[in-house]
Amino acid sequence: MANRCILVCGETRDGILDERTLEMIGAGRELAGKLGVEIAVALLGDDLDGIAEEISFFGADKIYKVVSPSLGTFAPDLWIRALEELCKQIDPQIVLMLHSTTWMDVGPRLAFRLGSETTTDCVGLEIDEKDGLLLKTKPVFGGNALAVFKCEKLPQFVTVRRNVMKPAARLAAQGEIVDFPVNLDPSMLRVESIKTVKEQAVSLEKANVIVAGGRGIGGPEGFKELEDLAESLKQSFDEVMVGCSRPVVDSGWVPADRQIGLSGAMVQPDLYIAVGISGAIQHLVGMARSRTIVAVNTDINSSIFAVADYGVVDDYKRVIPSLKDRWEELCRDGDKDTCLCKANT
Amino acid sequence: MTGIKILVCAKQIPDPEAPMGSAKIDFENKRMDVSALRQVINPYDENAIEAALKIKEESGGEVTVLSLGHNLDSSLLRKALAVGADRLILVEDPRFEDIDTNSIAQALSAAIARIGEFDLVLTGRQAGDWDSGHTGTVLGEMLGIPTINLARSVKTENGHVNVLKIVPGGYEEVRAALPALVTVSNEVGGLRYPSMKMILLSRRRPVETWKGGDLQVTWDDINGRTITELLAPPDLSRKCRFMEGDAPEEKGRNLATILKREFG
Ligand SMILES: Cc1cc2nc3c(=O)[nH]c(=O)nc-3n(C[C@H](O)[C@H](O)[C@H](O)COP(=O)(O)OP(=O)(O)OC[C@H]3O[C@@H](n4cnc5c(N)ncnc54)[C@H](O)[C@@H]3O)c2cc1C
Ligand SMILES: Nc1ncnc2c1ncn2[C@@H]1O[C@H](COP(=O)(O)O)[C@@H](O)[C@H]1O
Repeated sequence: MANRCILVCGETRDGILDERTLEMIGAGRELAGKLGVEIAVALLGDDLDGIAEEISFFGADKIYKVVSPSLGTFAPDLWIRALEELCKQIDPQIVLMLHSTTWMDVGPRLAFRLGSETTTDCVGLEIDEKDGLLLKTKPVFGGNALAVFKCEKLPQFVTVRRNVMKPAARLAAQGEIVDFPVNLDPSMLRVESIKTVKEQAVSLEKANVIVAGGRGIGGPEGFKELEDLAESLKQSFDEVMVGCSRPVVDSGWVPADRQIGLSGAMVQPDLYIAVGISGAIQHLVGMARSRTIVAVNTDINSSIFAVADYGVVDDYKRVIPSLKDRWEELCRDGDKDTCLCKANT
Repeated sequence: MTGIKILVCAKQIPDPEAPMGSAKIDFENKRMDVSALRQVINPYDENAIEAALKIKEESGGEVTVLSLGHNLDSSLLRKALAVGADRLILVEDPRFEDIDTNSIAQALSAAIARIGEFDLVLTGRQAGDWDSGHTGTVLGEMLGIPTINLARSVKTENGHVNVLKIVPGGYEEVRAALPALVTVSNEVGGLRYPSMKMILLSRRRPVETWKGGDLQVTWDDINGRTITELLAPPDLSRKCRFMEGDAPEEKGRNLATILKREFG
């Protein structure tokens, strides 16, 4: 399998490149170096000139523009088919994809069609020196263990967790841009898109501070307390957002884009305030890398306290308003206190 | 149309919400020791059962729940009958223990072939043991039917399935002709509670138990997970400083003071 390349699938939606693609190229470059093979990037869309040019400076040897009028919006049936053609042509050894809704939709089915399989949500990639196969480290049982998988089938497919691989740096040299037009028969499209609805989605990954509520908040009204606290904290921080655990989404108290954890956003703000959250492993993996963690919970035995820097064992309904009032007070006679804090740190 | 046939794939797993550390790592054998954990129906599969029951209520139909594995607990999975499923099929075989995702999909598709006619297959988006998250879509591919990943709502109408599919920043309304496969996310809502009467009635309902040998499986395609190493996860624990005070309000104020010092 000497000359088989590493293929990185570019993360694009509606013609816009997601910069996380650079993390995949970064990981790909490292593996390509170890194996002494080329690295290629596949971009799918109806017009890719701008994106292809942009991505061509990040160390890939080739950038395949997989172009067709029907690839302009994301339709898994067609994306799978288009990539199947590309893979048959270039026969990659490894295919790297971001662990995103796009590639979870495409990757596993594509791998199956090519007689292989996918390892999803990897956080580490190495090459086994004995046989040149990929060693894929993946959290399992919610994050209670890390399993290293090795599969012999080629190509070796992985989806990679965001925010763990180092993004590729920009280089002076440019990779070769290769046109790869595909002919897609409309009959391949078996799922018809009727319309896409954008919701006022927030991106929790950008927040400096997250005030997150769990089932212990008790209902949508309780989230107003958290919104109020977030509002006060905005006097001191740029981006303060309200997040939540999964049961809160299930109950419809808060929209799904606020969910933090294994199946939601993975965040690491400067300050994370967990309120009425028990600290299940699937929640912890999404927030335990925050700089400072505060937990407010009535139950001292909750796991959340095990990962917290500061804890309050009490009813949030009485803790949060006083935290907010005192914060505002401190901000008002700010100068004196700020000096104090600087002296302390 | 006189109701459709819905198959729900539900996996029995060790409780994924048990306190951290109760699932132990058996480093030597590269296995998880979950003997201390109770078994549950995978939470997302409960969502899938709920989605099926909603369709049945609205448009009529028959709901079959299918579970595959080794040492399945029929009293646990009977919950599906108690909430309103019509049929429960357990496929058990020691050869199904610890097999990889494609093999599970392979075995499920063989079980579905034995069931025969169906209109809609529902799976959960992910099982909380190995967190692989793609048995559903690969199964759809094996069955050769339209496949829709990550539904927050599923409805059927005139031989079609209408799905609100989760996409970044919102959702997409999509539609496919039946038969089709849909993977279900938690947004469809939690599984309803069974009534006492239904629990009692379900105890007398039959559970169909099949063996691996009852299926047309190519056993050469059934492989174990190829794990070279099982490692401990990074330690997430910190030392927690608890706020003191006579009343909750005082603790809240103390917290504000400390945070203000830290962040200015
Ligand atoms: C495959 C899989 C993926 C998952 N993905 C995610 C995910 O991405 N994100 C996620 O969050 N979960 C996820 N989960 C679910 C997770 O296992 C837990 O069920 C969930 O995190 C629990 O949410 P919670 O802490 O809000 O609720 P609970 O566990 O019910 O905790 C509520 C807490 O509130 C406290 N409380 C009650 N009243 C008060 C009060 N008045 N004041 C203060 N505290 C109070 C209680 O003591 C308790 O600790 C996933 C599960 C699986 C199986
Ligand atoms: N052994 C099994 N029996 C029945 N359904 C299963 C089994 N394994 C996986 N599934 C289905 O496939 C979904 C995804 O599982 P996974 O790919 O393991 O995360 C689950 O939510 C179930 O609906």
